[in-house]
Amino acid sequence: MSSPVREDTMTTTPVLSVEGLKVATASGEEILHGVSFELRPGKILALVGESGSGKTTAGLACLGHFRQGLVHTAGSVQLAGAGQAGNLLDLPESQRRKLRGGAISYVPQDPALSLNPAMRIGDQILEVLQIQGYGSSDADRRARTAEVLAEVGLKNDPAYQRRYPHQLSGGQQQRVGIAMAFACRPAVMVLDEPTTGLDVTTQALVLQTIAQLADRHRVAGLYITHDLAVVAKVADDVAVMLSGEVVEQGPTDQVLYRPQHDYTRKLLAAVPDLAGRRQIGRVTAITGAQAVVPDPAGRPSPEVPEGREGRNLLEVADLQLAYGSNQVLAGISFSLRQGESMMLLGESGSGKTTLSRCIAGLNDDYSGRVCLDSEELAAGTRARTTEQRRRVQYVFQSPFSSLNPRRTICESVEVPLLMTGRMGRKERRRRVREALDQVRLGESYLDRRPRDLSGGERQRAAIARALVNAPSLLVCDEVTSALDVSVQASIIDLLRSLQHESGMSMLFVTHNIALARHISQRMAVLQSGRIVELGSTDEVLDNARHSYTRELLANVPAL
Amino acid sequence: MTSIILRRLATSVLILLAVSVLVFVATLLLPGDPAQAILGQQATPERLAALREQMNLNDPAWQRYLSWLGGLLTGDFGVSAASGGPVADLLGERIAASLVLLTAASIISIPAGLLVGTYSALRHGHTGDHVVTGTSLVLAALPEFVIGIALVTLFSTTVFPILPSVTMAPPGEAVWNYPLQLVLPVMTLVLMVTPYIARMMRATMLEVLDSGYVEMARLKGVPERQVILRHALPHALSPVAQVVAIQLAWMAGGVVVVEFLFRYPGIGQALVDAVANRDVQVVQALSILVAAVYIVVNLLADAVGILTNPKLRTGGAR
Repeated sequence: MSSPVREDTMTTTPVLSVEGLKVATASGEEILHGVSFELRPGKILALVGESGSGKTTAGLACLGHFRQGLVHTAGSVQLAGAGQAGNLLDLPESQRRKLRGGAISYVPQDPALSLNPAMRIGDQILEVLQIQGYGSSDADRRARTAEVLAEVGLKNDPAYQRRYPHQLSGGQQQRVGIAMAFACRPAVMVLDEPTTGLDVTTQALVLQTIAQLADRHRVAGLYITHDLAVVAKVADDVAVMLSGEVVEQGPTDQVLYRPQHDYTRKLLAAVPDLAGRRQIGRVTAITGAQAVVPDPAGRPSPEVPEGREGRNLLEVADLQLAYGSNQVLAGISFSLRQGESMMLLGESGSGKTTLSRCIAGLNDDYSGRVCLDSEELAAGTRARTTEQRRRVQYVFQSPFSSLNPRRTICESVEVPLLMTGRMGRKERRRRVREALDQVRLGESYLDRRPRDLSGGERQRAAIARALVNAPSLLVCDEVTSALDVSVQASIIDLLRSLQHESGMSMLFVTHNIALARHISQRMAVLQSGRIVELGSTDEVLDNARHSYTRELLANVPAL
Repeated sequence: MTSIILRRLATSVLILLAVSVLVFVATLLLPGDPAQAILGQQATPERLAALREQMNLNDPAWQRYLSWLGGLLTGDFGVSAASGGPVADLLGERIAASLVLLTAASIISIPAGLLVGTYSALRHGHTGDHVVTGTSLVLAALPEFVIGIALVTLFSTTVFPILPSVTMAPPGEAVWNYPLQLVLPVMTLVLMVTPYIARMMRATMLEVLDSGYVEMARLKGVPERQVILRHALPHALSPVAQVVAIQLAWMAGGVVVVEFLFRYPGIGQALVDAVANRDVQVVQALSILVAAVYIVVNLLADAVGILTNPKLRTGGAR
């Protein structure tokens, strides 16, 4: 879709232009149906789309690289300003290789997988410089390595350069990836979801680094992402991709605030926002004003609820855990009421997953007390009673690894039933069908295997597994971070209505503060194993008392 | 890192001790009386009793075990019942001969396995790959004596009568003075071991080639040769090292059949003869030796695993 072009983009000539690019699988199925876009010096174009839309394929094609099983069938990639003009895709592989890392470079999605784990980071950067013949001597190249590390905001002393990737944090690894891509001062950088999986503060830092590099050194950037809030922060222009086609293209302001295409509108509607104004999914946002759900009828409660506050379902008192000298949890205390949803917010390494695993009994190394209905739970699931295990259920982060690929959905979902009761096959199947029904998956899913399901469907099945035994407490550990925004919206929607219907309590563990008003009534902010802020969602978001919370809030990208 | 290796070493010593107990008990259970075996059917009861006394056969089993173990630790392997000479003298030459065989076979089969496996992975799905996987599967399925006999038929009988089928070094002369006689036994061992190494190498290499860091290296513009050698190979080696270790250890035991087949004067032959002659001391010494080889090569494989993985070398401090 064409749109009016801004004046300043008219004046600069594109450094890379992709025209009518078509890519197909070896068996002939077309993946990209004629994609076109242009990159200009100093400008960042965001390529937005959900998983499977072909955005990574298009990004890699800019480097003349096609993943195994993919064939380029039509279209061209013109790379100018790199000493020669012409179709990159017509060049022989050896010449394309010389351009990679030099004139055009790539920043991978997951630095933990993309940095060579057995090579020191300094050597990995030096390698690009050596291949490209940067400078005239090895001393030059070493100096450039140190310089580029500083440019991306990392330390650059020799000891730091001698580190291995596993000795760095996720954000540092990603900046090493960017340093590697930027080392030879490329004209074009392709960034493939470089901040997915990073927490907001680190993301803000990485985005800032990218924007500075593009601005100062006139690098043209192609920023591949599914996160529209990030687009608003970093990109000058946006191209929206849907199943192998660019459906909308134009300046960021125009595409994000006056979208033309239905799909763009749908994507935008799924982005969670801090203010909770937008409605993601069908149910309107939960706010602090929403009543705590009372005990559902039919489930006898062992105690008479006290006062208007409702009784505490879960109480955690002075939970501590240390590995050697590393204090992961330093005295955590909080409580969760019946039917309440609480967000446990923290960055990677804050101890939030460890904390939720302790509560669920998956980690038994802790000291302190975890009480369910005022009854202290033993450390570790093995020491807990069947009933206690039934009442606390856990949903894992990645639905791609938490479902056994060899089992059908029914076989996976019925596991908790096998553990807790002696019911017959038919009865179990009936319960599983009910649970699948609750997560809006039909009966037809019973006998399918995870590989036939999309990421969102898998996560629904994983949630069904947690629900099949009607738990009192659902612990959701980053359940949406592996999913696309629109899928995230539907999962949030689902969890919210499930909680509403069943009256269970929910501990929603995440690093994504933007979800707060959509899912939780109260929230706790975790920093280095301590709760630094605890209060109702509104209180925390509107009047954050701790500087750390304020910093997090300031770094949230918003539309 | 040193603590990991020290722990492995300690475990190895414990395993060797356990093996020594097993070997000792197993030889106790061997049918027949060593004294009777040495003196023959016509021996008088007095001479048998005297010999038993001399060989300490009347002591309780645990006492004999301890004195044997003490001997092992001080390098004294006892006296051969069959020849009457010290076991160490008897086996020295045999061990050297077998070591020649094993070393030659490993020097050829390890690089060959790694190369063939890597080639196969790089040609994944092409004809070269299919040929390698097919051939290696067939070879892996054949027992060593079938391969040995096939080689003998092929190279020392009617087809190409170019190599000797048996080893016939005069006693007292080193086997390596007759290199032609080594070819067939070595070739048999190589054909036995290489397929396993190649198949494992192919599998791990395919996995590594599919990894993010190999794709990243290519996108960084690293030449293909360097991608393979610097980014892919080191990561593929550590799982393969385990298989290589198992194969080397297997060779140390499997050499028995091959040596018997080619009448090669190594430890395999010695072991077969010793069992036939009820030469308990020699059987014990050889069993312990083979077990020690197993443990040492597995220890080496663990060391390779540690060396190629910086996470194990440096600890995970952030």
